Amino acid sequence: MNIYDFKSLTDSIHTSLSVNLSPSAVTIIEFIIIAFAFMMLFTLLGLILVYAERKIAAFFQLRLGPMRVGKWGIAQTAADAIKLILKEPLVTKNADKFLFNLAPFIIILSTFMALGAMPFAKGLHALDFDIGILYLTAVSSLGVIGILIAGWSSDNKYSLIGAMRSGAQVVSYELSVGLSLLTVVVLAGSLQFSEIIASQEAGWWIFRGHIPALIAFTIFMIAGTAETNRGPFDLPEAESELTAGFHTEYSGLKFAFFFLAEFVNMFIIAGIGATVFLGGWMPFHIGNWEGFNRIMDFIPSLFWFFGKVAFLIFLMMWFKWTFPRLRIDQLLRLEWKYLLPINLVNILFMAFIVLMGWHF
Amino acid sequence: MKAIVKYISSIFSALKTLFKGMAVTGHYISHPKEIITQQYPENRETLKMFDMFRGEVVLTHSESNEHRCTGCSACEVACPNGTIEIINKRIEMPDGKKKKVIDKFVYHLSMCTFCNLCILSCPTDAIKMSQDFEHAVFDRSQLTKVLNKPASKLMEGVR
Repeated sequence: MNIYDFKSLTDSIHTSLSVNLSPSAVTIIEFIIIAFAFMMLFTLLGLILVYAERKIAAFFQLRLGPMRVGKWGIAQTAADAIKLILKEPLVTKNADKFLFNLAPFIIILSTFMALGAMPFAKGLHALDFDIGILYLTAVSSLGVIGILIAGWSSDNKYSLIGAMRSGAQVVSYELSVGLSLLTVVVLAGSLQFSEIIASQEAGWWIFRGHIPALIAFTIFMIAGTAETNRGPFDLPEAESELTAGFHTEYSGLKFAFFFLAEFVNMFIIAGIGATVFLGGWMPFHIGNWEGFNRIMDFIPSLFWFFGKVAFLIFLMMWFKWTFPRLRIDQLLRLEWKYLLPINLVNILFMAFIVLMGWHF
Repeated sequence: MKAIVKYISSIFSALKTLFKGMAVTGHYISHPKEIITQQYPENRETLKMFDMFRGEVVLTHSESNEHRCTGCSACEVACPNGTIEIINKRIEMPDGKKKKVIDKFVYHLSMCTFCNLCILSCPTDAIKMSQDFEHAVFDRSQLTKVLNKPASKLMEGVR
């Protein structure tokens, strides 16, 4: 396989920096470069995903979406971002000021930490832990602390109700996300992202893992959508009941942080799904079709990853704009009576298949 | 046993309904020609409102400047908020008889709720709702309109 490896680029940057700088200075400069890259990615993702969401939502409802700012409304999200930056950051009178200001940063922090462990392309991988999946699931659920703090410190009953709902939701759906990912870990035999991707060179796990992988993928998509507080599971924000849930009292840039974090969380969930089930940056290969596989290899790994992520994000948007919002008891019933038992049986089934060597 | 069968069948029926819903929205997103949004100021020349749209009440006039309003005031009675005022006058016919015809059909657009009751109550189908919707004016008095055109008269045979 001759896919371009970003390791050559990063190595060349490293060696050129090491020529006349001390190792600690090189590390600091590399940290700054990576931090800058992730900040750029974060902003770009926010802008693009908000625009995509508004456009796709509109097309699902036979509307056109934003059309006025720029051709096809392309500059709409940039204009919105400028508006949000210029707005006054209001604080409620009896709010717990310190926690109120801290909450958006905790949420942003958790999304950044999760983004750091994403394998974007071959060799383009900031943090390749040997416990990658465990780290990502742990970190991506840290955001709920920020949500709880935001709801608690806002001094607003709607915020608190939204935050409490969010807590119940994330704690229960975390189980399903973890277990459905474990199903593939059983197959791949590793928690490290680079190894999970390498194990999918012969074919993506969703195709090779028979029915259990398909069930795990379905459960992951449902639980992942729930974990990002999106789609039919958006009852922490539930516009029609709680105005905006936990971020009711936030305005300006702090509101933008919550808003951006929600969309980047969606990207992270889609990224995990793409990496674990759809082969990450691995191109699509079919058995012995040499010519076809060669053509697929010509598409850069970066495009493969972002294409798969875009597909999964589109799927999540499809859920959101099709299904009505669940009630809190329906939400918990779905998790504890359906997803969790199915998941436990499914992981046993998968372990049995791996033990007997029945997978491809 | 029955409970287990019910549990499993409920999962499949739930999945079926979910896919049914997604098929509906999937049809919408794959058929951009069905989009109903109108790009209003840009397509002002070609925009055509649908037939049932209730823009404002108009009194239809024929080419020879004749209308069908006999001045019976049925619409004035039917109107729930006093939008229509019919002012009648008596004219002398050539054969010496006096006849009641409308002098002014006054219509207060600012008070109209577009409920369509006046059109339904008209015995001679003289008035109808037009598709015109650009009603914004700078002076409130312009919203009080006289619907019968000057020198128009009752169509022959309408009574």
